[in-house]
Amino acid sequence: MSMTAAPARDQRRWMSLLARWETLLVLALIGLIVLGTTLSPFFLTAGNFSNLIAALMEVAIMAMPMTLIIVLGEIDLSVESMAGLSSAILGFLWAAGVPLWVGIAVVLVVGAFGGLLNGLIVARGGLPSLVVTLGTLALFRGMALIVLGPRGVSDFPDWFTAFGFGHVPGTLIPWPFMVFLALALVLGIVLHRTWIGRQVFAIGKNPSTARFSGVRVTRIRVSLFVLSGMVASLAGIILTSRLSSARADAGSGMTLTVATVVLLGGVNIFGGSGTIPGVALAVLCVAVMQNALRLASVTVEVQSIALGLLLILSVVIPTFAHQAKSALDRARRGRPPPADSIARGEAAP
Amino acid sequence: MADTSAIATPGVIRTRGSWLTAFARQRELSLAAIMIVLGALVSIVAPQFLTLSNLTAVAALASIYAVASVGEALVIITRNIDLSVEATIGVVAYCVASILERHVLDAPAAIVLGIGIGLLLGMANGVIVALLRVPSIVATLGTLSIFRGLDYVIAGSHQVPLAGLPPGFTDPARTNLLGLLPEFVVVALVVVVLGTVILRSTRFGRQVYAVGSNPEAAAILGIPARLVEFSAFSVCGLLAGVAGVMWVMFFGTINGTAGTGIVLSIVAAVVVGGVSTLGGSGTIAGAALGALFLGLTANALPLVGLSQFWLQAIYGIVILVAVSVDAVILRRLQRATAERRAR
Amino acid sequence: MTLPPTAPHVAPDAVTVSTPPRIELRGISKRFAATQALEDVSLDLLPGEVHGLVGENGAGKSTLVKILAGVHQPDSGTIRLDGEATQIHGPAHSRSLGIAVVHQEPRLFPDLTVAENVFIGHAPSGRLGSIDWGATRRRAEGLFRELDVQVDVGAPVRGLSMADQQLIEIAKSLSLEARVLILDEPTASLSAHEVERLFTIVRRLRDRGVSVLFVSHRLDEVFALCDRATVFRDGRHVVTMTTRDLTTADLVRHMVGRTVSLFPKVETPIGDVLLEVSSLTKVGEFRDVGFSVRAGEIVGFAGLVGAGRTEVARVLFGIDQRDRGQILLGGLPVSFASPSAAMHAGIAYLPEDRHQEGLVQDFTIAQNVTLPILPRLFPRLLTRASVERKVAHEFTGQLSVRMTGVDQLVGSLSGGNQQKVVLAKWLASRPRILILDEPTRGIDIGAKVEVHRIISELAASGLGIILISSDLPEVLAMSDRILVFHEGKITAEIPRNDATQERVMFAATGSVGGEEPVAALPAGGARSDGGLDG
Repeated sequence: MSMTAAPARDQRRWMSLLARWETLLVLALIGLIVLGTTLSPFFLTAGNFSNLIAALMEVAIMAMPMTLIIVLGEIDLSVESMAGLSSAILGFLWAAGVPLWVGIAVVLVVGAFGGLLNGLIVARGGLPSLVVTLGTLALFRGMALIVLGPRGVSDFPDWFTAFGFGHVPGTLIPWPFMVFLALALVLGIVLHRTWIGRQVFAIGKNPSTARFSGVRVTRIRVSLFVLSGMVASLAGIILTSRLSSARADAGSGMTLTVATVVLLGGVNIFGGSGTIPGVALAVLCVAVMQNALRLASVTVEVQSIALGLLLILSVVIPTFAHQAKSALDRARRGRPPPADSIARGEAAP
Repeated sequence: MADTSAIATPGVIRTRGSWLTAFARQRELSLAAIMIVLGALVSIVAPQFLTLSNLTAVAALASIYAVASVGEALVIITRNIDLSVEATIGVVAYCVASILERHVLDAPAAIVLGIGIGLLLGMANGVIVALLRVPSIVATLGTLSIFRGLDYVIAGSHQVPLAGLPPGFTDPARTNLLGLLPEFVVVALVVVVLGTVILRSTRFGRQVYAVGSNPEAAAILGIPARLVEFSAFSVCGLLAGVAGVMWVMFFGTINGTAGTGIVLSIVAAVVVGGVSTLGGSGTIAGAALGALFLGLTANALPLVGLSQFWLQAIYGIVILVAVSVDAVILRRLQRATAERRAR
Repeated sequence: MTLPPTAPHVAPDAVTVSTPPRIELRGISKRFAATQALEDVSLDLLPGEVHGLVGENGAGKSTLVKILAGVHQPDSGTIRLDGEATQIHGPAHSRSLGIAVVHQEPRLFPDLTVAENVFIGHAPSGRLGSIDWGATRRRAEGLFRELDVQVDVGAPVRGLSMADQQLIEIAKSLSLEARVLILDEPTASLSAHEVERLFTIVRRLRDRGVSVLFVSHRLDEVFALCDRATVFRDGRHVVTMTTRDLTTADLVRHMVGRTVSLFPKVETPIGDVLLEVSSLTKVGEFRDVGFSVRAGEIVGFAGLVGAGRTEVARVLFGIDQRDRGQILLGGLPVSFASPSAAMHAGIAYLPEDRHQEGLVQDFTIAQNVTLPILPRLFPRLLTRASVERKVAHEFTGQLSVRMTGVDQLVGSLSGGNQQKVVLAKWLASRPRILILDEPTRGIDIGAKVEVHRIISELAASGLGIILISSDLPEVLAMSDRILVFHEGKITAEIPRNDATQERVMFAATGSVGGEEPVAALPAGGARSDGGLDG
């Protein structure tokens, strides 16, 4: 499932496999949309689309840097807690009379620092990102609870809530969707069209080679975690705006959805491959699926079952697909290896 | 070169870095010591901390966490993780409570069923991780959502009231065995002892450590790593089932949200108790002590004037510190090996 | 020209003729794809002897060990164990036949105790089938007492030195009552003291009747420890003799017997000093290393595995940090905290392991070639495939890489071409100093010659080159000067004109004052003029 920049003969074989995954997603999307329209005649209306998308935007936004982080070979479980911490700090400051713009700025800085903490411990300390971000998942949530406690803050000004809840004037496109689009565009370009993205892929595929090739591995790792933290903060702000309410438990459970969306998008959990467009497609698929389920009166609880199943399947299916491909390749390629090499896997005597 | 067989120096394999090994081996003792010291400090500020009634209340709830921690420790030693335990506890708790409420089974049968459900859910995790080769973090994140969803579906918005349970069902959480030890503590002790014995003295137990310590060497030696992993997850589920039953007895009233949010405290308990997230080391006793430590901490917070909301943050710090300490010890020991070559 | 093999059966006089060999190998052959690893090899291992197996890289030693360990099956030939024809089906079967192998890198469980590691998988059972730790402990202590080694059997293995871990592996083999103990290059990571301790134990085992196969590069150790020695060369058995009847010179001559057939370095004017290193030290790896590299010069680093050459290179390239010493680049003191910094200063390093450290297998040729210079190529962030392809074409063309195009995945290239891509990648970074670590390992003769030609041309274009290689003829043919490493120190600096294989070997094995052979090989073995030979 790798996306590399330039197509070529061997490359085309990979491209075709990749295209198959994203084609799968497109097909799934179409299927889900069809399902949705059978459930409700209003499914394909702009209004419904707007609702459909809105609820998932925070997840979608956080999924963008998460894509880069997983391609890098790491993971950031703490995003939901950073969103919660952001909401809590925003509410706390607002309730204390601090101007909202200042609050937003503070929150973004906090997000950066939270990401920096993750990044330094992982990249400098050499600790596994899984456990570290598990710890910060708890830590940030805890800090959110300390800051705001159990209360909610809800008397936000209209212009603020209009952002999360409102639309681009003249259309029914929610503002957060524009944020998501912008982020997808920028990070998509970074990952697939800049040398930074190339280095990210290199680190994910082979960190030793990357390091020995002069790639500044630590710097990239730390930067991506900082980005993830800041974007999580942004998501927290948007969430607060959309719900018109700041709470310390905001964003609970989002990490799961973000991970699901990223893995469903074809990103390999072990790092080294994945695409932003794929993840964006997966966002759409999940949004449509959730909407369709809602229309089918499927409860939120059952939806969470579906989500969990989806997460597991999004790893199982590519594994089996890869195994099938390898088997096919082996069967097809009965010929001996090139003349001037000792077959790999059988060491020279 | 001359024949040097005349030199027959008896060799000595020194275990250098030995103060580190000593610390690592006595992690449990260190933890116990820290608990005693902190407990003493807290009781200065809040004398009601060290009263029997307070401690027994703490011990009962901590025992539930301890039982779940034992299962989690098993999984972590094999270099995996199980994030779904809280949902397993929730499912089992509600199912047991609901079955009792509707008089479908009597108490002993319901308990066995509950534990069986836990075992089943653990086996599901085992299949996904060991057979389908899904990384445990992803797998159990997924089953966390699935099991919790199942819990809500089964429970709906219903809350089983205390009256719905057979009379005396909640007594074990409140009575002492022979007037001394709370029954829950006895249960936890039994689980800890059994777990310790199995891990220390059975072939399977040693295989658990081997698989976590050096998976490649384990494979070369013919140890069935996947079977070991599957078993670890299954036992973890089983113990989560036990914890779920205990949950019903402790809280008396159950709805679909039972156990929500406790997985981090269980993982924190395990890592603070000395089980390394890199696998291969740590003890059952340590994990149980970790649960006790965190239980005491949770209890002490309001007594020293800190709100309960500090708990999550403490869990986070505990996890970060424990992981860092493990890494530091590891690196020091590896440096010792390299330095010895400098002779 | 090769020396004819001597008769394979020379009975050691310590054992009577009627004693059947414990292991008898006859006519063993094994081929891997393009290489004949072993051809018609025969070997006898007698009970109660230490038998040395020597030969250069590629001679077939480790293939033979792997066959005995059950990892590989021979294509032809017979194996007899105590007179009975056997087939070794796999590693477990090999162990059950009483064959134990101690590798250079021990395979223990770091978190388990010493005693448990010794008895892993076969610990004594107590009541109810549980593990009897008391008995395990006692028996482990007993084993170590037999080896005359003091150890706390209850301590975890993590933190123990390589040498100690090896002893645990030996104790493990004793616990399995191994009758054949194979030591595969065991002394590479050991200090002199630890080697002595190991030898004492091996002698003790021998006296108990165990057959020991001691595979090693180190001739002084072979003479110190072994009763008989067998030399392999190019997959064939050359000679087996009692060590008493052999001299070091004989062994070396048997080991290296072929002529050098590689493209020698073209004469190049040697320019200014580019790199100067003094008192370079890294605790545990190398000590007081000092040398210089000039423009147009190829400095060869010779020595055995583990002598410290790669470790020096890693420090030069910023992968590791030195503890003491100074590095001067272009006359200025430098200190590299990372490979990125070293690269910017004009140093390039081709790692030993091109798969793990040199190439990203899933990337195309173009992507691999441009990886180090990406920021330089695209100062405005956005990559352009056409620019990448152009750069890749330029450098792969210079090196005549056989490919379908620069968009081919490197994973599908042959070994030789992959190595060329790694070279191309580093050339694209326009270095002043190029460090090559085993550049022709695992590459066949044809590609080897090409790589040598390229290296020569690079030197001619003004680069300073450090060539790390365990391939003696290669080092001799290519280097202007050879620095020989031994256990972390430079034991000899041999200029091109004085360099012979024997002289390098002596310095590499730490044999001080070893005999110089009176009649070396024809043409000194080090300076044939170009032509390719067998």
